[in-house]
This record gives sequence, structure tokens and C-alpha cells, in this order.
Amino acid sequence: MKTLDITKLRHGTTLVKRGFAKMQKGGVIMDVVNAEHARIAEEAGAVAVMALERVPADIRAHGGVARMADPTIIQQIMDTVSIPVMAKVRIGHFVEAQALESLGVDMIDESEVLTPADPFYHVDKRQFTIPFVCGCRNLGEAVRRIWEGAAMIRTKGEAGTGNIIEAIRHQRMVTSMIRQLKEMDKNGLQRLAEEYSINYVNSLKTLTNIITVEDNTIIFEKYPYGTVKKEIIDILKEIKNIQRLPVVNFAAGGIATPADAAIMMQLGSDGVFVGSGIFKSEKPKKTAKAIVEAVANYDDPKVIATVSKGLGDAMNGIEIETIPKEQLLQERGW
Amino acid sequence: MMRFFKETKTKGSVNLIRQKPDLDKVDALIIPGGESTTISRTLVRSGLFETIRNRISDDTLAIMGTCAGCVLLAKTITDTTKERVTSLEAMDIEVQRNAFGRQKESFEHTLNFHGFSNPYTAVFIRAPVITKVGRDCEVLAKFDKKIVAARQHRFLALSFHPELTTDLRVHEYFLEMI
Repeated sequence: MKTLDITKLRHGTTLVKRGFAKMQKGGVIMDVVNAEHARIAEEAGAVAVMALERVPADIRAHGGVARMADPTIIQQIMDTVSIPVMAKVRIGHFVEAQALESLGVDMIDESEVLTPADPFYHVDKRQFTIPFVCGCRNLGEAVRRIWEGAAMIRTKGEAGTGNIIEAIRHQRMVTSMIRQLKEMDKNGLQRLAEEYSINYVNSLKTLTNIITVEDNTIIFEKYPYGTVKKEIIDILKEIKNIQRLPVVNFAAGGIATPADAAIMMQLGSDGVFVGSGIFKSEKPKKTAKAIVEAVANYDDPKVIATVSKGLGDAMNGIEIETIPKEQLLQERGW
Repeated sequence: MMRFFKETKTKGSVNLIRQKPDLDKVDALIIPGGESTTISRTLVRSGLFETIRNRISDDTLAIMGTCAGCVLLAKTITDTTKERVTSLEAMDIEVQRNAFGRQKESFEHTLNFHGFSNPYTAVFIRAPVITKVGRDCEVLAKFDKKIVAARQHRFLALSFHPELTTDLRVHEYFLEMI
């Protein structure tokens, strides 16, 4: 054990990063594109805002390459609200992440909603002082992101569709697999850790002419394959014991109504991100408040019924089957 | 707190307070970390704000406020308006929110807590500090000359998060106040 250094503050420790994410539990994080939206979100009771140039539905409609937002917009939003401000970087784009860190955003979302920057790797999030949130479709993706240093996990869902089906799919994939771990012995966990590490191995094989990967082969940044496997086993053991992810787990990608938010909470999410669902609805202020209420009282049907009244038209949703596979945002990253 | 009851075999239970009637069942209240703006709005909207205020004036409720909870206990908040945070004003203290800065500046560090024989590791996350205390307040801990823990009567205000660490001494201290 390291001795405590009284003269030096310890910033960006796992405890401080995961602790920040814990403070968001039971809350709603809202996508906002300007200071006015941010004010509405804060007023409605959001626990944090996600500063963007466009909400996912508009990113989808706009097409082209979606990148980190203009820092001017992020700064304006940071100056407007006193709740935490998050912002998105492209998958693997560690320089966008460095820029956001220097700007002082409170959390970075390494997000499939933006166009991926690195075909091989996600960001090595341990190198950063500020915490990261990352999307996942299943336990494997969640575990890899946690191993890379993510302090919060969210479902990928299918952003910008207003369709909850993918978020539910991903949440169920994660929780069902967590339940499976209960019955798994040491060998089972070992095999699963190997399966979950295979993506790093594949990236290395694509990048080099290496055919066999040994325990001492460096497969990601400075980490040898043996270390990756061992640490992934440790994460799996912890998940097996506590029967949940060791970090806060939010729902995202398709939440459009108070009932959508509440079903995610009942399925085991710790909170929700609402992207296009608020500012693409007919009555953003009312919808925002209603979703906050729904998350706080997710197991009280009376409250859900009451807050669902008179919200007008929710955002116009998209049927997932009508989206060409190459345009599915959830397919980005691994 | 649940862990404290379990590990020390102390009799007691922990309840989640969401609606007004929930409060009738408890002797003490913990207002945990989170966002003070968000918690304050939730309290006002659910009507819990008035119920808690009544319990405070009847002197039938001990309260521990950590981080956002510390802000909500304060009589004065220096950096924001009443529209943003409606405080319970239980303690004669003045609080500045996010006093160390944003998340980048969040940290963990050891400090001396009044009455503890060993240093206590405290986690500060976008933490507030107590900038002034009234005559009836006792300062319990300071960090870098800033007040980070104070007590007045049966109210305990902390800048940091005892709920994030395994050290249960602050929990124990609070239980003795009830």
C-alpha cells in the first residue's frame, strides 16, 4: 500500500471519478445545445447537462461526420448553469478528450453518437483526471470500458430515434449476464475474461503480423495481454459478488417519455440520459420536469400517470428496422 | 449507514425518503451528495421541504448533510440565488458551493476530524466549503484553513462524502447526535 502524501492532493483517483458518477444517481442528464436549453434543463431538475452542437436526432438527419462540439457552446453552457456539464468526444479521439479536460467539463462521454475516430481502440481513460461515461450493448462492452477506466456506463440504445427498444435490449443484456455470473466458477470467469479481451487481440492482429498473442504481448497502450485478462477477471469477480456493475449504470438512447424513463429505472438503471426526447418534444419544459419526476418516483404508477398527462406530442420516433444497418449508431465501437 | 448497523450490530434501520409520509417514520435524516439545485427542487415539489422545516422547528429531527446536503442546511449560500437553491436554513452557517472548482479539481485527502484519534480520509467532489459559522456552531474539521465540517445542535454539515469511503467514524459521530 502506498503511504499517504499529505502535501499533495489526490485528483482524478478512481474513488473521486466513480464518486462523481454516484452523485448523479437517481437523476436525469439532459442533452442541450445552447445556454437557454441548459437553463430549462437546470430549472426542470436535471442533475447534469450534456453540451452538444446538435441533439442526436439532428445529427442523424444532418449526416456527415459528427465531431466534438464547438468549445464556445460548451463554455457558454458551463457559464450558465451550476450543475455539472458533460460533453461528447468521438470514440478513440483522445485529443478531443484532452481539449475537453482543459476546458474543465465535468465528465466526458466517449460516444457512438459522434462519428468514431479510431477503428481499433477506445480512449485509454485512466490517463485522464476527469471521469468518462461510455455506452455499451452488453456486459462485454461494459467490462472493457470499465477496464479502460470509465467511471460510468450507459446503455447505447439507439440515439435520436425516440424508440426505447434498443435501450431495453441493452439493459437486459447486461443484467441477464450479470445474473449468469452468479453460477460461474473460476474457470468460467477465466474463459469469459478471454472472450471479453478478444477485441484487443483482434485489433492487434489487424494492425500487425502477430499471429499468436502471449501473456507478455502488449495489446493496448502499455498493457500486456496477461494484465488485461487478469484485471478483467477481477472486474468480473466484483460484478459476480455485488451483482451489479461496479460503476453507476445509466440508460440512454431512445428515452422519449416519463414512462420510458421509469421502465429503464425498473429494469435496473441508476438514472437516465435524455437526448432528443426533451427538446424535440412539443412541450420541452413540461416534458423535462415530467421525466425528472418519473425517474425520482419510478416505482410509483400514480406519479407516472400524473406526470404523463398533457405532454402533447412526444418526439416523432423511428422504427429501428427502417434504419439501414450501417446507420445504426449502436454498431459503433466494441 | 446500513453497513454501520450491520457491522456494529447496532439496532436501527435505513429508509429512503421520497414522499412526505416517509419522514414520519424516522428520527434522523441524511441529505446525501448530489446536486443542491436538483435536491432542493425535488424537496419543494414533493412538499418534503415544509415537512422537514416543521420537524426542524419542533426539534424532532437530527440531520446530516453531506456536500449538497451541507449546502441545503445553510442559512446563507453566497454564490447563488434563492431561485436556484431553496435552503432549509437549519444551521447558522454561510456556504460557498463548488468552492474548490469543477470536477477536475475534485480530490481525496486526509484531515483531522475533532475527536478522532487518527486522520480521516475525506473525498471532496465539486465540494462546497463553510465560509462562516455562527456562535452556536462548532467547527469539527478544516482543510487548508477552510471549514469542511461543522455542527450546530443536532445538525451536522460536511463538505465531503462519508458515504463513499469505508471509514464509519463520521456515521458513528452522527448517530450519537440523534
